[in-house]
Amino acid sequence: MQSLFFILAAVALVSGVLVVFQTHPLRSALWLIVNFFAVAGIYLLAHAEFIAAIQVIVYAGAIMVLFLFVIMLLNLRQPEEPARQPHISQKFLGVVLAGFTALLLIYGFSRAHLPPGKALAPGLGNTESIARSLFTDYLLPFEVTSILLLVAIVGAVVLAKTRLK
Amino acid sequence: MVVPLEYYLGLSVALFALGAIGVLVRRNALVIFMCIEMMLNSVNLAFIGFADHFKGVDGQMFVFFVLTVAAAEVAVGLALIVAIFRNRATVYVDDLNLLKW
Repeated sequence: MQSLFFILAAVALVSGVLVVFQTHPLRSALWLIVNFFAVAGIYLLAHAEFIAAIQVIVYAGAIMVLFLFVIMLLNLRQPEEPARQPHISQKFLGVVLAGFTALLLIYGFSRAHLPPGKALAPGLGNTESIARSLFTDYLLPFEVTSILLLVAIVGAVVLAKTRLK
Repeated sequence: MVVPLEYYLGLSVALFALGAIGVLVRRNALVIFMCIEMMLNSVNLAFIGFADHFKGVDGQMFVFFVLTVAAAEVAVGLALIVAIFRNRATVYVDDLNLLKW
């Protein structure tokens, strides 16, 4: 199981690097789909079957199809020209800042005192326990989610329809 | 053999830093947006790792809500990028310096 984790983690990291460093946005999008599938596999290893399923359906399915549609709508056929690339010092600074963020996160995680995990409790399946929690403890956030999606739909339609000057 | 929590957190930090590099280094708004999605995904991974470690379902609930917010964000963000492209004919954030002092 750990070897499977390492394989999936390697796939996720390599595809993530390729997302960042491809010059063509279409290729970035395709590698991002590989990344999402690898992360979904890790969710399966972590006994989160329902989340893995909606990761594939919502992220790898819906969101990435939307991305690919927009890339094709904007007709960005040419790869990024060299003049668009940031200056080498900007790249260096970006990598340094991201590495500093990672170091801060590692420092924070290593200082946290996490209690040891509990033993695996037999009982409900993953989807069933999520549904039970979703419609009891998290009912209000769940309903607010529907309003959020409605606002997002209306906002997207308004942005797409109005022609700004 | 159970995967320890540290491995999940390590992969999560690595993916988050990778997304941050993408946001800081790239100039194409679409690629920046994809890197933001990757960062959200890495946070989800940390939540799932904690949920697996503590055998609770709350971490998975948070991932559910993060996924919903990500879907809404993508819908609005891509509409914004298309609107900007129709008005300015560019997707490079260098050209969008109207608010720059």
